[in-house]
Amino acid sequence: MAVRRGGRVVFAGLSLTLRPGEALVLTGANGAGKSSLLRLLAGLLPAAAGELLWEGAPALADAPAHAARLRYLGHADAVKPALTLAENLAFWSRRWGGDIGAALAAADLAPLADLPARLLSAGQRRRLALARLALAPAPLWLLDEPTVGLDAASIGRLGGLLAAHRGAGGMVVVATHVALPLPEARGLDLGAAAPPESEDWPA
Amino acid sequence: MMALVGRELRLALRHPAETLAAVLFFLLVVALFPFGTGPAPELLARLAPGALLATALLAALLPLDRLFGAEAEDGSLDQLLLSGLSRMEIAAAKAAAHWLCTGAPLLLATPPAAAMLNLPVPAWSTAAAVLGLATLYLSLLGTAGAALTLGARRGGVLLPLLVLPLAIPAVIFGAAAIEAAASGLPARPFLLLLGALVAAALPLAPLAAGAALRAE
Repeated sequence: MAVRRGGRVVFAGLSLTLRPGEALVLTGANGAGKSSLLRLLAGLLPAAAGELLWEGAPALADAPAHAARLRYLGHADAVKPALTLAENLAFWSRRWGGDIGAALAAADLAPLADLPARLLSAGQRRRLALARLALAPAPLWLLDEPTVGLDAASIGRLGGLLAAHRGAGGMVVVATHVALPLPEARGLDLGAAAPPESEDWPA
Repeated sequence: MMALVGRELRLALRHPAETLAAVLFFLLVVALFPFGTGPAPELLARLAPGALLATALLAALLPLDRLFGAEAEDGSLDQLLLSGLSRMEIAAAKAAAHWLCTGAPLLLATPPAAAMLNLPVPAWSTAAAVLGLATLYLSLLGTAGAALTLGARRGGVLLPLLVLPLAIPAVIFGAAAIEAAASGLPARPFLLLLGALVAAALPLAPLAAGAALRAE
């Protein structure tokens, strides 16, 4: 697979496979394409070359079906400040099922459920975004720097969520700069997939 | 899809200022016409149909550029695109919510606005029906426009330039309907034509908006 952003090839010749229960940790310098790879896997970004397969079939042939089997956590928390914490999760709970109270408890936000989200700190907003992962199971988690703003206890809880997800056969791809509690995770350094500067990439 | 409309309405309830701004804008601009035309009630009544329509469409345009912009900024758009809803459903829900939050409140403001423009009372119900249909037409077109201009620099300026020319047929048929009702003629044919416009936009605009909608 290859990705081009703004006319520049971010990475090329990349190939990866994930099996149930596996975790893949993406590393690389800023701009190496970690977020781009995650967005490509989510189907938010088109691949400049190559294809995305799910169980051997083109994953994006049915985009809503592909979306339904993954959870994506981007840089932005997608939290609406005007809504309460529970209301922020309500739409997703109606889409995916799952109990809002349990999801908030998993992120240790249960006592704040009826507070408007604008009162949250940056770390708490991140935890609310993570609570979306705990709502209902999905086979593939794509996490873009999930630990930004989190304290040590929250990172521990995220480790618990990840372990439960993998224990149930879930896959995780995570881009991070800090060590995560992810035992037996494979690593992928995107710096190695960057094309040489001189390479002429067909338009 | 109804869940998304519900979420939009809840958000609008928490930010009532946007809805209020559209309604007040409508009433204030309509209030300018009597000052502009001077003491000539007949002239004002002649102007009323076009003035009502043009003002209502402009008022409904106000919140459009934030329709997808706000979602794109806080990352919600990515999540919505991955919610399992098709892009067309997202666009249709957005258009429905936009009409419920701006078009429908404008209906409540129609009687005072019609009174200020000296529109004969028997034509008020037709005027309300016309404004309801015309703003629905604009909500549909505007959603497509907002999806197209999403991410464009100065998208807020581009949006009216894109949408308003397409709204001309709604102004023609709508004004004709109000005019007919004001002079005691049947307004039904014009209302039906306006309805036909809405019926055509109902499937086409969300389709176009869905195609234009993409994450960046």
